[in-house]
Amino acid sequence: MSEAHAHDLPFWRKYVFSVDHKVIGIQYTITAMLFLFLGFSLVSIMRYQLAYPGRDIPVIGKLLGGSIVGQTETGYVLTGDGYNALGAMHGTIMIFLGVVPLAVGGFGNFVLPLQLGAPDMAFPKLNMASYWSFFAGGVVMLASFFVKGGAANSGWTSYPPLADIATTGQTMWLFGMVLLITSSLLGSINFIVTTVQVRAKGLSFFRFPFFVWAQLVTSFLLLLAFPPLEAAGVLQLMDRLADTSFFLPSGLVVSGEVQTQISGGGSPLLWQHLFWFLAHPEVYVLILPALGIVGEVIANNTRKPLWGYKSLVFATIFLGFMSFIVWAHHMFMTGMGQTLSTFFQATTMIISVPSVIILTCMIISLWGAAIRYTVPMLFALAFLPMFAIGGLTGLPLGLTTSDIQLHDTYYVIGHFHYVVAPGTLFALFAGVYYWFPKATGRKMSDFLGKLHFWPSFIFINGVFLPMFFIGMAGVLRRQFDQTEQLHGAAVQGLTVMASWSAWLLLISQLPFIFNFFWSIFRGQKVGANPWEATTLEWFAPSPPPHGNFATTPVVYCGPYEYSVPGQKSDFCPQNVALEA
Amino acid sequence: MSTVAIPHDIEPHPMTGMYNGKFGLWLFLASEVMLFGALFSTYVLLRVGAPAGTWPAHGSEILDIPKATFNTLVLIGSSVTMVLAWASLKMNDVAKGRLFLLITFLLAGTFLVVKYFEYRDKFHHHEVFVKEPVLVGGKEYMNVSGHLTEDSPALTRAPRRWAFSIPEYVLIVADGKYAAEGHGESGAEAGADHGHPEPIRIEGSNIHRLTDYGPWHSTFLATYFTLTGLHGLHIVGGMVVIFYLLVASPSMWNGRREKLINRVECTGLYWHFVDLVWIFLFPVFYLL
Repeated sequence: MSEAHAHDLPFWRKYVFSVDHKVIGIQYTITAMLFLFLGFSLVSIMRYQLAYPGRDIPVIGKLLGGSIVGQTETGYVLTGDGYNALGAMHGTIMIFLGVVPLAVGGFGNFVLPLQLGAPDMAFPKLNMASYWSFFAGGVVMLASFFVKGGAANSGWTSYPPLADIATTGQTMWLFGMVLLITSSLLGSINFIVTTVQVRAKGLSFFRFPFFVWAQLVTSFLLLLAFPPLEAAGVLQLMDRLADTSFFLPSGLVVSGEVQTQISGGGSPLLWQHLFWFLAHPEVYVLILPALGIVGEVIANNTRKPLWGYKSLVFATIFLGFMSFIVWAHHMFMTGMGQTLSTFFQATTMIISVPSVIILTCMIISLWGAAIRYTVPMLFALAFLPMFAIGGLTGLPLGLTTSDIQLHDTYYVIGHFHYVVAPGTLFALFAGVYYWFPKATGRKMSDFLGKLHFWPSFIFINGVFLPMFFIGMAGVLRRQFDQTEQLHGAAVQGLTVMASWSAWLLLISQLPFIFNFFWSIFRGQKVGANPWEATTLEWFAPSPPPHGNFATTPVVYCGPYEYSVPGQKSDFCPQNVALEA
Repeated sequence: MSTVAIPHDIEPHPMTGMYNGKFGLWLFLASEVMLFGALFSTYVLLRVGAPAGTWPAHGSEILDIPKATFNTLVLIGSSVTMVLAWASLKMNDVAKGRLFLLITFLLAGTFLVVKYFEYRDKFHHHEVFVKEPVLVGGKEYMNVSGHLTEDSPALTRAPRRWAFSIPEYVLIVADGKYAAEGHGESGAEAGADHGHPEPIRIEGSNIHRLTDYGPWHSTFLATYFTLTGLHGLHIVGGMVVIFYLLVASPSMWNGRREKLINRVECTGLYWHFVDLVWIFLFPVFYLL
């Protein structure tokens, strides 16, 4: 019915301003991957300054804008302000323009309605608005590199008072964030309504694939945690544009001068509370969709049901609730007092329990399985220990005693990068390899996939493992040149190693980039269900037409009916009743 | 645009009892609660932590209670007409429904006009912070608030700032609605009690800071302008939607009647929320 109509649509309606959830999902995926590449490129420049402080940047130094580099007699070096801008934008781009749009906007949009047996999202036009709002936010962020004073340079956390008095780039950052928050809001409403109201007949909540649960909880986090950041963003905009003093205390001194033309009376800590009220749930926004993807890939490649499905679901819901009351563990050093610290230490220890339950379920799922070592499975398997390292190294940061030593050092950088980079990003790669045949009807090359996986796995550890030691030696996270101090100079060798690993890691992505574009046109053609999977998305044609399913599916069984004794094949699709 | 039929676009889902739009709107309101919740928390935190004397003891020292009371009644009235609009459509009376929508629209406009006058008053009201105490009605003050006379030199804003550049001198008729640190009595009493309609002259060399009662005046006014401003934007947003419903209702009534009634219902839910925010804003800023 709809297919014929879809062919009538002009190009720009079909591929640019499309209301089809699959096209929007692919738009999100490609935009977000470009931003991930950009964010990685920014940090690669920073790594040069860290490894070789003050040395001229070879080759590309001349190409970088005036606000980032300064001219020397022999070439161009990174300036301190430029370094700060790259650092702030690396964090912002990676989190808000890379990982979240890919994990939620990309995979959520493409896969969720298919797994639910829905013809599209509940609100297709809002879905389109969500993507274009994200796109506009990205453009504003990028444009901020070209304004006077360069891009935002107060860190991705934008702490005032510094951020209140920073250059115009910070204002652009705030406007960009407002657009990105709007995008997330529209997306999360759409996801929740679609999941609850537009699911196929027979698909009860406990027949949801784990990915759907992960996206559902993530959507609630986005819905409820982002508005306080929007509030904080509005307040900071008022501080910057209307001379208010929400975050400026009385008697503030800037460059040696007491500020007399502001009212004062504000609180810098207020920003931190509002910011982390978003930014801690944000961590789970980054990790939950990744866990969802890994769950799908593991069940499919172990040919077994996920172990402890209900425990997984309840742990995920509990994780979602708890993530709203742990935010101040980012603020132990602000002097907020023993009582508050104690409370947030306790909740932080509690929230590690559901995380461990989820990880344990996934590891036990591997037990006794005849594992198919496909490329997505390799990434999913690598995810498990990497996420475990990231999670366990977080425990010392959640307790004040050890946090005093480790706060704001490279240890923290190592910790959260293990969660997000070899953790979430590996899961996202698994997702790209896994669902690529559904989006294109072709498989990505196995050989190139393995050529992508193994070097990435080795070098990404080369980047982040040394950071734990650099941090424990006392090197601070935003330091421009650690060799200026003896304790930093002593571990400079590790920093050089991390830098070289980072550049080699960048090169290791080339097989993926080539594989991705080559396979769109030349990849091996496959049928609708190349992985012999059970969830509904595999029973729509590849690629699915506008409207998805030829006939509306009806669900008869749970999501992971693999290797059920007495059945003809080792997988029983959700839309087919089990044989008695 | 999209020919794909989405289930439960109009008929309610048996589990939730809601059609998609209504469920989505409730979720949207949940996020709005978090937005305004964060801003009200900001108010509480800043008020509790305000340095002594920088927060007015009572909102009426600065704000205009009669205007706000009138506005409160206007908004509550508009919520009533909004419900009546939906009820009329449900009872198949489209003319009445559109009439009530129009009244709601006009009441919302009235609210904004009154708000404009409230805001405007703040920008015609000044405060001077001085270095050496100034005598008002026989008492010494470190700040004088009031209205500048016509003879007072014209004020210019400092470059890239909202505070004024310090002029040669100012002539101010004190009403002192707001007292500074360490001075229990406000200049208002001084001005009023002693009947001082004649202006006080303050030399520029003695002026520390000169400002009108805009958001930059104090954290109290910053919070007031931000919250009521954001609320005002919500009113404008609601007016845009109601205007759309007024324009689209004749054709939708004949073609997609259920959809129209649902849209009016969702707009109503949103409108009651905006109303409710004001029901919190009014006591918090004006009466506490």
